[in-house]
Amino acid sequence: MKVLNEPSARLQSPGPLQRFSQSWKSAALTLAIGLVLLFCLPRVLDDFTLVQATIYVVMSILAVSLGFIWGYGGILCFGQSAFFGLGAYTYAIAVTNLGDSTVPFVLAIVVPAVFAAALGYIIFYGRLSDVYMGVITLTVTLILFNLINSTAGPEWKIGVAPLGGFNGIPNIAPLNMPGNVDDVIGPRGLFELSLGMLLLVYLLLRALLAVKLGRVIVASKENEQRVLLLGYDARAYKLFTFVLGAAIAGLAGCLYANWGAFTSPTIFGLAQSAQIIIWVIVGGLGTLVGPIVGCVAIQWLTSQIGTQQVINSNLVLGAILVIFVLLVPKGIVPGCGSVGAAMAARMRRRPVVADQHKLHKPSDEIEANTLAIDSHRETSQ
Amino acid sequence: MTPLLETRNLNVRFGGVHATRDVNFSLAEAELRCVIGPNGAGKSTFFKLLTGQVKPTSGHILFRGQDISGMRPHHPGRLGIGIKTQVPSLFNGLSVWENVWLAARRINTPRQAERVTRATLERVGMLAYREATVGLLAHGQRQWVELAVVIAADPPLILLDEPAAGMSDAEVARTAELIRDINRQHALVVVEHDMSFIRMIAKKVTVLHQGAIIKEDTPDRVMSDPLIQQIYLGKKPQ
Repeated sequence: MKVLNEPSARLQSPGPLQRFSQSWKSAALTLAIGLVLLFCLPRVLDDFTLVQATIYVVMSILAVSLGFIWGYGGILCFGQSAFFGLGAYTYAIAVTNLGDSTVPFVLAIVVPAVFAAALGYIIFYGRLSDVYMGVITLTVTLILFNLINSTAGPEWKIGVAPLGGFNGIPNIAPLNMPGNVDDVIGPRGLFELSLGMLLLVYLLLRALLAVKLGRVIVASKENEQRVLLLGYDARAYKLFTFVLGAAIAGLAGCLYANWGAFTSPTIFGLAQSAQIIIWVIVGGLGTLVGPIVGCVAIQWLTSQIGTQQVINSNLVLGAILVIFVLLVPKGIVPGCGSVGAAMAARMRRRPVVADQHKLHKPSDEIEANTLAIDSHRETSQ
Repeated sequence: MTPLLETRNLNVRFGGVHATRDVNFSLAEAELRCVIGPNGAGKSTFFKLLTGQVKPTSGHILFRGQDISGMRPHHPGRLGIGIKTQVPSLFNGLSVWENVWLAARRINTPRQAERVTRATLERVGMLAYREATVGLLAHGQRQWVELAVVIAADPPLILLDEPAAGMSDAEVARTAELIRDINRQHALVVVEHDMSFIRMIAKKVTVLHQGAIIKEDTPDRVMSDPLIQQIYLGKKPQ
């Protein structure tokens, strides 16, 4: 009887850190940190470092897009860079044609989303299995890479914008204030816009996960059969997840094109796709902050290794991936959470394992069930 | 009066196996029916047909007069057929509360869904476990959570696949009581093996054998039928 009245600490609370990560407090804390960085970094950092920080932020948006569809939607997309590249190319081509950057900015989000909707419709409504999901998204990325790569000739252009093939598109016009082509965004403005967008994306996804739509998305990952039995159309929810992820990746692509004023087919490439997956694995699947942490940490490490000539950076990245998959499979952020929870449990002198064991004793189970009926009786009287 | 559920000449073939043969089944509104049959009799396939997980090779399933046999897998749930599967089918990574909330939320506003979730968890005695992760619960507790998930969606028809499996005599009696209570608001089809349990809840029993209905009668008459004793209980007719 005691068990039901007092569920074990392990079951009642998944550990302080883990619980923290699920509450609104953590969202507020993350936003607060973000806002502080948004206001402080442009004042503290010199221009060169600020430009470096901008690319970390832009790539973090891309990492979050995959972290969301994979960690929450259960969709492992090997071609997230396809939507990223489409966003960059859409912005570059549209802004060259139109001059004012307002419509190109919107198109850079809409075009990848529409492309993902078409691709996702085939995948989810055609009932393709998870394995084919990976194969198709990877193939699409490589097709786009080869397609854009082979458009170097002057005859390849959309409107007045040459596609540039393997040379890429240089001198992409930067974002401007809507309606005023001369009022362009500077390096500092781009940093603020990128970080602002990252915080907005984070806030939107957190809000989404708190309502029915987001919870059904997570539930579809957990058990699609039960989602269907409850009367939810799992396909539609997965398609929405996929499209939303593509839109966010497109936004990142647009900012990327602004960052270097240049885009080339390599952003569709295999290396780019693999890198996003590594960020998410290292940072932590099933969190929104994790992919950001992983992205910044790996990029920083890559640039540090790049400054010396002794070890190849890909070798180190590969080693890190193997180490994380073997030793920290949950990733940095959830890993810290479970370490914190275990320490807290030890401090309460209620070891996690012992609690779990106790709960699975058959006698407890019977007691719980017996009591369940008793309480039901009371309520029905 | 139109029956709540009706199947007409329902057939399913998996390759060479004829899992359901010309099943004509009819269930009235608010009826409680037990379905029995030896292993492989086609009970689970029958439930899968009713919930849209398996498509019939031929024949029709009518729910309140509407043909649901060709519908998408999520439509039966939407129309009001709920199922508690033999092995609990739940969202193991989510909390007890979230599991039940997801069922309640599809038909309720957010505020109503909170209320229904609380009331349902109280009814099955799992409210104290609302924060617990379902995957960490014991098997028996998951059974109660799944029952709560089914009831929270408030379907007119509830299918229960072996609700008393692996329970002690005392628990069986109490489960029977809960099922009778659910039957005040919902029609039920219960697949069971335990005949003493069936006697506690059912007025009418349908016997499946090799995919076909071979008898529909009161529990006592079904039990005294020599043919059924032979195939179902392994006894020889005396």
